[in-house]
Amino acid sequence: MEFWTQASLYLAVGAPALAALVAPLLVRWLGGAAGWLLALVPAGVFVLLLGGLEAVAAGLPLREGFDWVPALGLRLSFALDGLSLIFSLTIAAVGTLVVLYSGAYLNGHPHQGRFLAFILLFMSAMLGVVLADSTLALFAFWELTSVTSFLLIGFDHRRQAARRAAIQALVITNIGGLALLVGVLLFWQATGSWELSALAETELRGHGLYGAILGCILLAAFTKSAQFPFHFWLPNAMEAPTPVSAFLHSATMVQAGVYLLARLSPTLGGTPIWTLLLIVFGGLTLLWGAFGALRQTDLKQMLAQSTIASLGLLVLLIGVGNEAAISAMVIYFLAHACYKAGLFMVAGAVDHGTGTRNLPALGGLADLMPVSFIGAALAALSMIGLPLTLGFFGKEEMYLALFTLRLDALLVLLVLILGNALLAGVALVVMIKPFLGPLLPTPKPPHEAPIAMLAGPILLGGAAILGAFAVDWLGHDIVAPAASTILGEQALSHLGLAIDLRSPIVWLSVLTWGLGVAVYWQAATIRTVLRRGGRAIGWTADMVFDHAMFGLIRFAAAATRFFHHGRLEVYLLVVFAGLALVLLVPVIGLGGLDVLGSWAQGNWPANLQPTMPYLHEWVVLALGVTGLGAVLLAPSRLVAILALGIQGTAVALLYLLFGAPDLAFTQFMVEVLSVVILTLVMTRLRLDERDHRPLGEALRDGAVALACAVGVSLTLLLVLTGTLDPTLSDFFTATSVPLAHGHNIVNVILVDYRGFDTLGEISVLMATGIAILALIRGTAKAGSNARRPAPQPGDDGLEGEA
Amino acid sequence: MDFFLAILVSIFVGCGVYLLLSQSVIRMLLGLTVLGNGINLLIFTAGRLTREVAPIVPAGLYTPAGPIANPLPQALILTAIVISFAMFSFLLVLAFRAYQTLDADNTNTMRLAEPPDAPQPPLSY
Amino acid sequence: MNTVIFRTTAPVVIAIMLVFSVFICLRGHNEPGGGFIGGLIAASAIAIYGMASGVDRVRRAMRVDPLALAGFGVLLAAGTGVLSLFTASPFMTGIWYELNLGESSVALSTPMFFDIGVYFVVFGSVSAIALALEAGREEDL
Repeated sequence: MEFWTQASLYLAVGAPALAALVAPLLVRWLGGAAGWLLALVPAGVFVLLLGGLEAVAAGLPLREGFDWVPALGLRLSFALDGLSLIFSLTIAAVGTLVVLYSGAYLNGHPHQGRFLAFILLFMSAMLGVVLADSTLALFAFWELTSVTSFLLIGFDHRRQAARRAAIQALVITNIGGLALLVGVLLFWQATGSWELSALAETELRGHGLYGAILGCILLAAFTKSAQFPFHFWLPNAMEAPTPVSAFLHSATMVQAGVYLLARLSPTLGGTPIWTLLLIVFGGLTLLWGAFGALRQTDLKQMLAQSTIASLGLLVLLIGVGNEAAISAMVIYFLAHACYKAGLFMVAGAVDHGTGTRNLPALGGLADLMPVSFIGAALAALSMIGLPLTLGFFGKEEMYLALFTLRLDALLVLLVLILGNALLAGVALVVMIKPFLGPLLPTPKPPHEAPIAMLAGPILLGGAAILGAFAVDWLGHDIVAPAASTILGEQALSHLGLAIDLRSPIVWLSVLTWGLGVAVYWQAATIRTVLRRGGRAIGWTADMVFDHAMFGLIRFAAAATRFFHHGRLEVYLLVVFAGLALVLLVPVIGLGGLDVLGSWAQGNWPANLQPTMPYLHEWVVLALGVTGLGAVLLAPSRLVAILALGIQGTAVALLYLLFGAPDLAFTQFMVEVLSVVILTLVMTRLRLDERDHRPLGEALRDGAVALACAVGVSLTLLLVLTGTLDPTLSDFFTATSVPLAHGHNIVNVILVDYRGFDTLGEISVLMATGIAILALIRGTAKAGSNARRPAPQPGDDGLEGEA
Repeated sequence: MDFFLAILVSIFVGCGVYLLLSQSVIRMLLGLTVLGNGINLLIFTAGRLTREVAPIVPAGLYTPAGPIANPLPQALILTAIVISFAMFSFLLVLAFRAYQTLDADNTNTMRLAEPPDAPQPPLSY
Repeated sequence: MNTVIFRTTAPVVIAIMLVFSVFICLRGHNEPGGGFIGGLIAASAIAIYGMASGVDRVRRAMRVDPLALAGFGVLLAAGTGVLSLFTASPFMTGIWYELNLGESSVALSTPMFFDIGVYFVVFGSVSAIALALEAGREEDL
């Protein structure tokens, strides 16, 4: 028992990920029935987290963690408090039903195992987001949800629409993810802490970085939670299979932004700018989504747009930020998760049973799909906010929060009433249109979905009703602890089942319902008007996204073309011009020219007296220069090769003259071998070795070469003026015999002191040998060269052994 | 003498760079060798020159009797010589194979990897 | 290049070069020389032999593929480094052993075997390259 309380949070985050590993195997063995088995994992997580309920309600959050990178003061820590509890319970509960649902929905799909693995992986990441106490872990899990969302939206990757939606979601949410990272780093900068629990106790509102932090966090939350103007990715994400829409894009992932705002509300919230931004963007998103839902005829699209509206509503409530608003936000979050996930599952069941989700083509299914209808009705009633549903309490609380006689509060209240009314209208459309009225012909003969797909809507819809009856308990044990966390102070629950008809709040609800019925009545007209308006505007955020992406591709292509033009001599020219600059700029900048100028007047530095070379040294120098000149001007291949040998020999002689016999011998052998293999190869090429550069190019290249040469010699001269640090050389000289038992110091350095380097070098040498053989033998095998006769046996590399 | 070697190094580097900038593969190879020699001499000279005294401790002694040539740059250069030879051989064979396959020795006519008329990337998802 | 004189003298020259290369390699620790130079000299000998008598004869005479020699060299050099691990010293610590042969003594050491490894790598790789190029040339002619 001790273990479970010690490690329950690791287990909650880790178990779904482990289940994801075995999911493909289970599906291979059991087929769709694997869903039943895998659903046990999130169900277990749910029970596990439920165990923390009592402690959390008593105000004792559960904390676990271990030192992650102690050197940097990083801990990987998790915490379970009121806010985490409500989110994680929702994730686990909806997750259980979604896994169950997926087992049936994708039954027989060739990649069902992969799908379930992604879903479970996502669940792990999402639980990590809401349970993480370390800000960096929060960021990592946050990004993991984006990645798994990408994989799930693009699940049907053969369709371009799915690919596009997946990329769009990834790009938009990752903009936010990066902003979150910057925000987390700024938090650290401002407070020196990587822990969310420590942040809550820090006063940041007056800090100089407050504006920057707020901007980053809002960007992260708004992109993730599809707030206006980043809302457009969410409807497109409906390309994903329906369980994904029910899970990620209504109940959980898109709520991560809301969670982030709620989590940081005690730290960042309450300032005028916070209130203003959240209310304005939340309100805009609410209305935009609600009207957007009425424009649609596709069942899933309609629900997606209404999700945007609900997300806006939640953000707005966090912005309002008083006790009632926060309670309303918590209840509304719960209610929304229940009814929206349920409605998505019903939409999937309708699609599954009839082959279409287009509303005008659906009708009268109630007799044929009675259980689905009940699920839809339960969910829709909660969405409308009728009494005895969770949605009712959410609505009551939010009206209560804003029911004051201040003008701005009343304005927000009006927005809320309008938004709720529109959503109620949407709920009526979704509940009534497909199921009541005359039966319409559908692509498939309608039939009821299997039980695994019906469990979700019924249980979630039922929960919304049961929750209403247990509202005392719910308020005290779930909502109040969560609200306390968000508010940063103790919140009390005043939720009760009784309805006081003398309260004006109730009549506001009645007004909302009336407007909702009117919206339902005029749904077709509203849709026509909205569509006409949309066409009049002529462009959408979606198009902006496309233009931005294609612009990026075009820019990248142009930039690549510009830098990678494929002309080798230009690459080299840039490299060597850069080299000349690197050499010349410091020399000139550090006063090298002055030093050289003083030399010209005869003030030679003491250690750089122009001692004249001896005669034989003059000869060697002249030999080198002659060799170089001959290489440059050689009229034929053989002369060029010989000239190359001459300059190399001159270098070898220089080594010999200045006390480096080892170098001299090596250089000499290398020159001999170079000449031999050059002759072997060059006599087989029919090449014109003359320079064909036009005069202009030759002059340009010559100028670059001259600049490099001058830079090198100036640098070398300045180096020679300075004093040599002989520490290493002295050490090698002094210890070569006593320690390494070798009299040839160069050799001792090579094989003893720097033996590891030499080992690396000979490995490279051998690799080169292998590569050369591969190149040569590649020809023989490929037979691409018509001039070559068929390879003779024994000529071919390794087979030549006797 | 250091001064004259510095000048010689710059001639080596200049010639090497000039050859490398020519578009003929074989001349580029020659340039690489010349440049490598120049850089080796650069390191050698920067380690200070000592005439004729090799860094070898005479038999029976523990440390050299008098000043000797700096052994460190020599050790560096020795490996550099061998490695540049390996590189030279590899490039030579590579150039040879390129010549056989493409029948070209001018870099401007070797545009297989980055052709001048490469198609635009597709504008889709 | 297939003159009678060249073909006749080549084996003698090559034999001398090969012996000399071993000498240069072994004395490297105390006198000018070492594995790099020795290996290069030996590889030149092989290259000359290849020119004089044809690649086939060289390969038959060598019995082992030159690249295998190079591989052996790398293994030998790395192996001498591993040896010091058994004496609880860091990788590549030198170990010295004085082998007494009555009158004189021979110093055996890991750096010496390391240098022999270098010799084999240089010898093997470079002669493999030279032989491959010569073989290609014979095909062309």
